[in-house]
Amino acid sequence: MTIKIAVIQFPGANCDLDAMHVLNNVIGVETSLVWHNHFKEAEFDGVILPGGFSFGDYLRAGIIAAHSPALDEARTMLKDGRPIIGICNGFQILTEAEFLPGALLQNYSLKFVCKWINIRVENNKTPFTHKMNKGDVLAIPIAHGEGRYFTDNLKELEENEQIVFKYSDENGKYTQKANPNGSMENIAGICNLERNCMGLMPHPERASEAILSPKGTTHGKLFFNSMVEFIKRRS
Amino acid sequence: MNQSEFEIEISLENKPAARDPVAETIKRDLLAKKGYNQVSKVRSGQYLRIVLLANSKENAKEIVTKMCNDLRIFNPVTQNLKVLNVKKL
Repeated sequence: MTIKIAVIQFPGANCDLDAMHVLNNVIGVETSLVWHNHFKEAEFDGVILPGGFSFGDYLRAGIIAAHSPALDEARTMLKDGRPIIGICNGFQILTEAEFLPGALLQNYSLKFVCKWINIRVENNKTPFTHKMNKGDVLAIPIAHGEGRYFTDNLKELEENEQIVFKYSDENGKYTQKANPNGSMENIAGICNLERNCMGLMPHPERASEAILSPKGTTHGKLFFNSMVEFIKRRS
Repeated sequence: MNQSEFEIEISLENKPAARDPVAETIKRDLLAKKGYNQVSKVRSGQYLRIVLLANSKENAKEIVTKMCNDLRIFNPVTQNLKVLNVKKL
């Protein structure tokens, strides 16, 4: 069986081609760039909502894209267990479309932050993290103005183990300094109850090749390799 | 029924539980530093002015509220919606 993954292109997306490159050329899985109005879920085994500034981030980051027909299609995938990952703006879209709980608010610093940071794996029992170990510290870049995760139901998120990544220092400690945007409990990424949908602010597609990493790491590959293997196991 | 044009002003404000760094900066780094110590609270938000056809003021308010709820014009997780004013044009 040939696995097919879609990267949805919204107007204003700017990490779509990076994601395509990594999946096609680094991971080696057939991946198509699909314009959001043309996306048909039946053709794909998994989907990536890439980073960028969909629809100019007008009104709120992700809200206009959340009403795109692509999200109606993706909702079918959500229900039948196919994996959906939202990166940065993709995470914002997934919260606005209510695939994931909570919201992403303007960074507490009021500044756009663009730098390499560390995240710690909180839950490695998801389609996107099963090749990682709980407690692993990953080096990965962020680039966002609205990444401050907020939920009015933190307790439920914790009890259901929906927190997948937290910002930490390089030793895996959760410090205020390691929190780049003021996110509640240093939250960097979460998943849904069923685990097949995950959103995160950091960019694994920019951390999948040693040449791009200041430390020569390729931690981003773990996300996509996990996702592809999950799809293979399902079929 | 004859419809008329109404103008509705709405505000979207973050809920008290969500910190508001824009307002905190205005209060701490501008007002307090320039001697306006009598200011005890500032909250920032978004403002929309919508003109629409409706049967009455109540009807206009009803349509706008439904629209904002259905399409998530405001984010119910983090924001409160407030109708500030409704006037017939």
